[in-house]
Amino acid sequence: MYLTKEEERTLSGEDGETLQKAIEILVALGDIYGADRLIPIKSAQIAGVSYKTIGDAGLEWISDLEGKVKVPSILNPAGMDLVRWNEMGITPKFSQKQQKIIAAYEKLGVTPKCTCTPYYLDNFTLGYGDHVAWSESSAISYANSVLGARTNREGGPSALSAALIGKTANFGYHLEEKRKPSVSVTVECNLSGSDYAALGYLIGGDVGSRVPLFFLQNEPEGDELKALGAAMAASGAVALYHVDGVTPDARKMTFGKPDENIIIEEKQIRGVYDRMPDEAKRGADVDMVALGCPHCSADELAHIARLLDKKRVGKDVWVCTSREVAEHYPQFVDKIERSGALVVCDTCMVVSPASENYKLMMVNSGKALAYVPGMCKVPARFGSIEDCIKEALKGSGDTDGNGN
Amino acid sequence: MAMVTKRIPCRSIARGVAQGKVLISHDAISFLGNVDPKTGIIVEREHDLYGRSIKDRVLVFPHGKGSTVGSYVLYQLSKNGVAPSAMINIESEPIVAVGAIISGIPLVDRMETNPYEMLEDGAIVKIDSQNGYVEVLYE
Repeated sequence: MYLTKEEERTLSGEDGETLQKAIEILVALGDIYGADRLIPIKSAQIAGVSYKTIGDAGLEWISDLEGKVKVPSILNPAGMDLVRWNEMGITPKFSQKQQKIIAAYEKLGVTPKCTCTPYYLDNFTLGYGDHVAWSESSAISYANSVLGARTNREGGPSALSAALIGKTANFGYHLEEKRKPSVSVTVECNLSGSDYAALGYLIGGDVGSRVPLFFLQNEPEGDELKALGAAMAASGAVALYHVDGVTPDARKMTFGKPDENIIIEEKQIRGVYDRMPDEAKRGADVDMVALGCPHCSADELAHIARLLDKKRVGKDVWVCTSREVAEHYPQFVDKIERSGALVVCDTCMVVSPASENYKLMMVNSGKALAYVPGMCKVPARFGSIEDCIKEALKGSGDTDGNGN
Repeated sequence: MAMVTKRIPCRSIARGVAQGKVLISHDAISFLGNVDPKTGIIVEREHDLYGRSIKDRVLVFPHGKGSTVGSYVLYQLSKNGVAPSAMINIESEPIVAVGAIISGIPLVDRMETNPYEMLEDGAIVKIDSQNGYVEVLYE
């Protein structure tokens, strides 16, 4: 791998130990994957934030680093709402450890915005062809597929290294030839809303880490593409997908239709909604409804606010979003919280230990459906956003989830 | 134990020079879950090194697996003084590569002679990943 004189100097340790280790990580990954050089990045989104995931091991490592990041950098969701952790049932001990992790990142110049939807943040936008080092799987998928930016699936330490150096190794999805689709997926029915999450959940295992090219009957919107990508990145390892005639690479690049074609029929999509975990079959009731995986957009918050307006929920309801989006739309947050639901910032049902306190969760996310049973040891059911609100209103006297 | 000197070229992944006794595993290792970060002992019952300590050994194993948190566990092992002195992989992957670098543990892979054919438990080897070779000192 070719290094500039300046990069060689950093690697030899002349710029300090933290930067030496950082560039060593980038070079090692570049060597493993056959990169020719390092390339500048526009921003970094760093995983390895929730104390639940990285524990004391991760906290120790981050705390020992010195220096400042060279590009705008933000964080993955943490294990709790950084302000209202107490209302979520988080212990003071966990909170203290979590705050230490955030403080350690802040010391390195990382902005402590904890979200899986960095593309909604002010001053964090991406354009076609921008190179970045992001590490939350759904954010990677959205950046690559929906925005046409370029990122690999960075791990926590490699994203932080890229942020400290301001560069990443040039391989994988940074290269145009690695972005071509290798499998087709033809969907034979119309899809809307959470159907895209169901589709992603269904297809991820078969697609694995390949690049799928979708042929759809109708044109999806941004939030629908977000749900599709998030689900595929969780049930599979999809970091980039294309939708024929819709996503930027599919419009700008020329590539043929891959030979292997997976056909998805309506009954398969419906099957995801009908899936019942054993606990539900034995009569367990949903005791938590969790929305906002990935974090809600302004449109999604508005939609949930309309559905909950002047209603009262009968169960614990989390609506997860980034703090910045919540602060930009206090009118939606207010309407949602007046129903008794909680607008949870900085975290989500997957990475917070607070969700482990429940017996049966209902979600509108294919990603949450894939992760919650394993990571939180809580069985999960899947439904549309309307189904979820309907379930949330049960037991409160307000049983109409249609806002009527 | 006979003194020998055989130098085998290899690929450097994490830089450094170290020397130690070989410990061979034919199983992939998930540092998160398979190893106790406080003691350096393999705690996974299904693992071929179950019950053995990896402390100060030149650990030979095919590659890493499992959670990316494994990188941080290597760092913890190192801070607790129970990390391997060096590691040799058949083919390194990012979890172990990143873990080795942040912990300062020399790591090499792609030895020109298959380590399983030429190294045995207890042999003493030197890993020089600055210059890209593994040297067998005693076998």
